[in-house]
Amino acid sequence: MKGLLIVLTLLFSLSTLNAAVELKQFKNAEQEQRYKNIIDELRCLVCQNQNLADSNAGLAQDLRKQVHKMILAGDDDEAIFDYMVTRYGDFVLYRPPFKATTFLLWVGPFIIFALGLFVLIRFIRQRKKVVVTELNSGDKEKLKQLLNEDKEQS
Amino acid sequence: MKRTLWPLIAFMILVVFLGIGLTKDPRKLPSPFIGKPAPAFTLPQLHQLNKTFSPKDMLGKVWILNVWASWCVSCRAEHHVLNSLIQNNKVNLIGLNYKDQVADARRWLSRYGDPYQVSVSDVEGLAGIDWGVYGVPETFVMDKKGIVRLKHTGPVTNKDITEEIIPLIKMLEKE
Repeated sequence: MKGLLIVLTLLFSLSTLNAAVELKQFKNAEQEQRYKNIIDELRCLVCQNQNLADSNAGLAQDLRKQVHKMILAGDDDEAIFDYMVTRYGDFVLYRPPFKATTFLLWVGPFIIFALGLFVLIRFIRQRKKVVVTELNSGDKEKLKQLLNEDKEQS
Repeated sequence: MKRTLWPLIAFMILVVFLGIGLTKDPRKLPSPFIGKPAPAFTLPQLHQLNKTFSPKDMLGKVWILNVWASWCVSCRAEHHVLNSLIQNNKVNLIGLNYKDQVADARRWLSRYGDPYQVSVSDVEGLAGIDWGVYGVPETFVMDKKGIVRLKHTGPVTNKDITEEIIPLIKMLEKE
């Protein structure tokens, strides 16, 4: 039983490993590192929440092939990103450029954070304003009594 | 306004925005090709492999490029729409057979009908990359100067044809 489980686990882990590991030859380690960085930064448009490195879709394979080809041809990173953006738009980048159409995307979270902070500060300030009423002499006497009772019991 | 109402109002605004988000199709992306020249390619024609087709051949005409494949299920749903488009209108419809085998594509067309003036065979999917194809079927409309004017991702419906594509083509014909 245990053996079978191990075999099954290994099989499944192999199938996920296979997803993005294609044998690609590079001239040097630097090129290979660049390849890895680039396919990490590009989105697969078929399965939109995966990058090219993770996706096993046909399009992702083709685009990986294209990135590989361009690296071997001596294109720099910028040229490769440009190539993808002219074809698929900014959406292909996991880190889209900062411009008018992506303004809200970049600044939105900070605006919401500032808004939340503002509301929180106002809330805390208002809570401090709770009026503390002094105890009158009768109340003080009662309090003393209660405390003394407590001491006697213990 | 009562202060206790504010969280409810904020929540309602959030619900409205999320609701709008639900009605949008995340597969529909703005195409970077609108207003730009149609990407060039020269590829063999599906029915006569010794002949080639290039978007340049269509200069001076308004034309539609429909990207499809025999392995694509939603292309089948779209196909009868294209067949009736051809029957009812005078349009130049070119098919780009994307990442498909020639024999499979030919069999598919003989079974479901062939609405295409010319079918282009892109076995490797190279033209597909240049045209930014990510979800077949995709449909492009080009004007007489070869500029891309419309991109439709996913199957075209009769409603898309009558409300969007035909009016656009009529307008472009006059340009």
